[in-house]
Amino acid sequence: MSAYILRRLLAAIPVMAIVAVLVFLMLRLTPSDPAAIIAGDFANDQQIAEIRSKLGLDQPILTQFLIWIGNMLQGDFGESFFYKKQVAQLIVERLEPTISLSLLAIVLTVSIAVPLGTLAAYKQGSWIDRFVMGFSVIGFSLPVFVVGYLLIYLLAVKLDWFPVQGYQYLADGFGGWLHRLILPALTLAIVFVALIARMTRTSVLEVLHEDYIRTARAKGQSELKVLVRHALANAAVPILTVIGLTFATLIGGVVVTESVYTLPGLGLLTVDAVLARDYPTIQAVILLFSLAYVLVNLLVDVAYTLFDPRIRY
Amino acid sequence: MALADATPVRPRASALRQLARSTSVVVGGFIVAVMVTIAALAPWLGTRDPAEVNPSVRNKLPGYEATIRDDEGKKVPVAYRLGTDSLGRDIYSRVIYGARVSLIVGLTVSVISISIGLLIGLIAGYVRWLDGIIMRFMDGLMAIPAILLAIGLVSVFRAGLFAVVLAIVVPEVPRVVRLVRSIVLSIREEPYVESAITVGTPTPLLIFRHVLPNTLAPLIVQGTFICAAAILIEAILSFLGIGIPPEIPTWGNIMAEGRTLFRVFPHNILYPGLFLAVTVLGVNMLGDGLRDVLDPKMERRG
Amino acid sequence: MQGATDTGGGPILELDGLTVALPKGGDRGNAIDGVSFSVGRGEIVCVVGESGSGKSVTAQAVMGLLPKGQLAVTGGSIKLEGREIAGIAQPELRRLRGQRMSMIFQEPMTALNPVERVGEQIGEVLEIHTPLSAAERRQKVLDIMAAVHLPDPASMIDAFPHQLSGGQRQRVMIAAALVLDPVLLIADEPTTALDVTTQAQILKLVAEMQARRGTGVLFITHDFGVVAEIAHRVVVMQHGRVVEIGSRDEIISRPREPYTQMLIRSVPSLHPPDRKPNASTVALSTNKLCKTYSSGGFLAGKRRVVKAAADVTIDVRRGETVGIVGESGSGKTTVARCIARLIHPTSGTIRIGDVDVATLPERRLRPHRKHVQIVFQDPYRSLNPRRTVGASIIEGPVNFGLATADAIRRARDLMQLVGLQPDALDRFPHQFSGGQRQRIAIARALAMEPKLLIADEAVSALDVSVQAQVLALLDDVRARFDLAILFITHDLRVAAQICDRIAVMQNGVVVEAGPTTEIFAAPKHPYTHALFAAAPGRGVRFGDGLEAVS
Repeated sequence: MSAYILRRLLAAIPVMAIVAVLVFLMLRLTPSDPAAIIAGDFANDQQIAEIRSKLGLDQPILTQFLIWIGNMLQGDFGESFFYKKQVAQLIVERLEPTISLSLLAIVLTVSIAVPLGTLAAYKQGSWIDRFVMGFSVIGFSLPVFVVGYLLIYLLAVKLDWFPVQGYQYLADGFGGWLHRLILPALTLAIVFVALIARMTRTSVLEVLHEDYIRTARAKGQSELKVLVRHALANAAVPILTVIGLTFATLIGGVVVTESVYTLPGLGLLTVDAVLARDYPTIQAVILLFSLAYVLVNLLVDVAYTLFDPRIRY
Repeated sequence: MALADATPVRPRASALRQLARSTSVVVGGFIVAVMVTIAALAPWLGTRDPAEVNPSVRNKLPGYEATIRDDEGKKVPVAYRLGTDSLGRDIYSRVIYGARVSLIVGLTVSVISISIGLLIGLIAGYVRWLDGIIMRFMDGLMAIPAILLAIGLVSVFRAGLFAVVLAIVVPEVPRVVRLVRSIVLSIREEPYVESAITVGTPTPLLIFRHVLPNTLAPLIVQGTFICAAAILIEAILSFLGIGIPPEIPTWGNIMAEGRTLFRVFPHNILYPGLFLAVTVLGVNMLGDGLRDVLDPKMERRG
Repeated sequence: MQGATDTGGGPILELDGLTVALPKGGDRGNAIDGVSFSVGRGEIVCVVGESGSGKSVTAQAVMGLLPKGQLAVTGGSIKLEGREIAGIAQPELRRLRGQRMSMIFQEPMTALNPVERVGEQIGEVLEIHTPLSAAERRQKVLDIMAAVHLPDPASMIDAFPHQLSGGQRQRVMIAAALVLDPVLLIADEPTTALDVTTQAQILKLVAEMQARRGTGVLFITHDFGVVAEIAHRVVVMQHGRVVEIGSRDEIISRPREPYTQMLIRSVPSLHPPDRKPNASTVALSTNKLCKTYSSGGFLAGKRRVVKAAADVTIDVRRGETVGIVGESGSGKTTVARCIARLIHPTSGTIRIGDVDVATLPERRLRPHRKHVQIVFQDPYRSLNPRRTVGASIIEGPVNFGLATADAIRRARDLMQLVGLQPDALDRFPHQFSGGQRQRIAIARALAMEPKLLIADEAVSALDVSVQAQVLALLDDVRARFDLAILFITHDLRVAAQICDRIAVMQNGVVVEAGPTTEIFAAPKHPYTHALFAAAPGRGVRFGDGLEAVS
């Protein structure tokens, strides 16, 4: 089992390496000169050249890459052009809102979507199935920010149940943290429940056609037990896979949601960084999010071993 | 030996008839058709110049009526059906014209992604030594969440339609490549393809004749979903202020413009949002229905 | 085998006029129509029929396991131990399932839950129907596992299904089915997916368990060898109706109904006819042909090398059919695919005429491809569904420069030759039945005017009556075109009928080769011995009570 985990870990390394190369190239091939941006609008060529050599931008591209990746591995993401701060420090400051929002959204999503999808699969063709399917098409057609503003308008502006925008740190009290986070998390969950419920339905439906389901029924097993003990136990792996893959979409949703609710997290940082052409920050955030995505899927791979005895080496 | 007759074994209902019977296809297709008509006929739908700024009618509620001087100085009555924004531009006209950008982005992105993805996927499925390299590269691309990759890419280029299309195409291509490659790999194993190999059919002809037709249905379905995703991502980029330049009316831009005064003038966000959601819904329903009819085994990827 | 031990009362299962409707739009109104027969206590009743006969639907109807929303019992009665069970409530039915009647299925590989230990899956029946404690259940599971001769029950009880072989999994299924001593066991093609040697063991086990416990068995099969081996009484079905019911010997030796007579005549005999030795030129000869697969290495842990085929030396003369016989994993298909150059052999030579094609690169191989053609097992996948059969047949000749009009002319002749209407050339594959598609695949191969035709399990997916026709066709074209045929099969009966010589393969190696008559009469290798001993119904002559009418 540990060999399996090691193998997955080793397989993740080239993926991250390619991500690093892509991110590096993407932002080094920009038509705009980072040195000119730092120097500001009124700098002369002399000043720009100084900044270039200070940043190592006059080195050959391969050297630049090696220096950059070396710094990255040491946790040195460079200095933000815009905030004039270490990017690493910037990221640490922005971590909490993002993690809070993602976790709450995932918990909400999974606890609604998995039972809903399972039920829809079991009652295939019934009104509940049609409702889940219909809701899921509408759900993932709704843009996250439209849902966000709709919820703000209804629940915050009109009914005044929740604050409109903003974040409260966990350290300042759990109640306030949750109160300010429910609306953003719900916004994300509406879209992701749609996605995950549908995928759960597909996975369970597929499993329900398996021979061992028929075997269980031939034994005289009750339908509930057939569903939970045999169908869900086997659908767990594909459902988990989907949740892992959807994490990429979730990250996109987080960026937009933070922007709608002005939560001071990594998503808002990303948007601000792009608007300010703050390249070191953009690079760091993209890398970090990609790393998180790869890690989440690595965790999913490891979790397979808990659910499926066939994965054991 | 008796001459066995080739009795028909129940002919398949024609795909077209099945499509016409699918509610999703009919409703989705209708929505898309309405949106395309709106986009095409935008100038004739009682719209004004969507970029026209008029400081005298800033921030008006839907249904506001005013009298304005036109180019020749004549006074004409104007009804602002959906109100105006903070620069006094007519929201109704901007929303109607916004359909153009959304549909163009959706269509271009799906056509370009499918074409590039098909080509690379065929190469990966057929050229063994390139397969590993291509797929590792695609894995890397897919590890960057699509919206972040798009955000990263638009930050590199000067904001504009081209940059936005490119930024949405790049994250979509690997998904098409994977789809095409998996189809190629499974079709290659089919006995009828192996028969074609043993009767000496050259590889290019083999791909064209036996492999490509099998990619058609899944790619049409995938293309529809890409179209919906592209419309969404374009709106997100514009909404975040990093997509299409603000002077071009797009649904995302109108909403971005409406953010500051959202509590007072929620319609600036809700109307374009409604158009956006309905369009994406129409395209998704079309894709769903097409998949059920053309390619029942495929599922939407996360 | 005759005397069913009828100990008490009437039959344990009695079907009377059982009718199951098909959903609207099907090719007929009812899946089964007015089916009546009974199973006595301690009796094995075989329901035999070709595909579409409704035999499996009958079994599912009894268990109440018809696919929901698609099929439903619409008439007739099902009595289990004298009690009507057609249409009773699900909870009632669930109490009977697993307890009074149980079922085993065709695919042991998929019939067990892959994520649950086998002991728990057998114990599940006890959990549902008895108040036994966990420890008592475990003991009972161990007992039944020993009773079905599973090796080392004490450790196997905690194994997962993927750690067991196909035969062992079917034993687990049987254990679960019999742990509560039901009066009725329904077996739906339980040995069809198994190799012949495993099949023999499972048949023996079913008979043993049935005799010891006095269970009544409803055994569904398409294989008359299996019928001969195990049945007390036989029910023959066709198109959803019962054609004939009789004792085993009546049906096998002296069937009354024409349909049954036709089926019985179609069963290939295990006694090969005498064949003239063949001295024509050699069309194919392989020398020390090897194909090795290696997996793993570097990251995947231990590097494993599998010899799929090792040192296979075979030759086939013109006008001769040579069979390669073996169980799954024996390497017979690997050899065929190497010769057709669908895969690259690792070493050895493959001479077609006087050219060694084993190592030719694709570009230089292509001119030689026309000499070797192949017909595959699955008739539903061997024709491109989007192209007319005509387009499929002329594809090859046109590749080799024949004008389209000439190719079509040749295709029309070939359609006639394989027994199809020439006008059917512009139809699509889905308009033909499985047997017809296999004829088209043969026509496509013949269109290339090959020296060697490889038939890779080409009749294995066909019903026995169709199988007989296609075998006759193959024999006919062999003689007509002086064709060399390499016939890959797992079916000893088929091999006995069509092959002049056979090679028996096991684990990638040819263990024995020679004239078919000699090998069938006196197998030398122990494996060949075991293989023949396992062939179901080997001591039985089918239709020996029928007059030999042509």
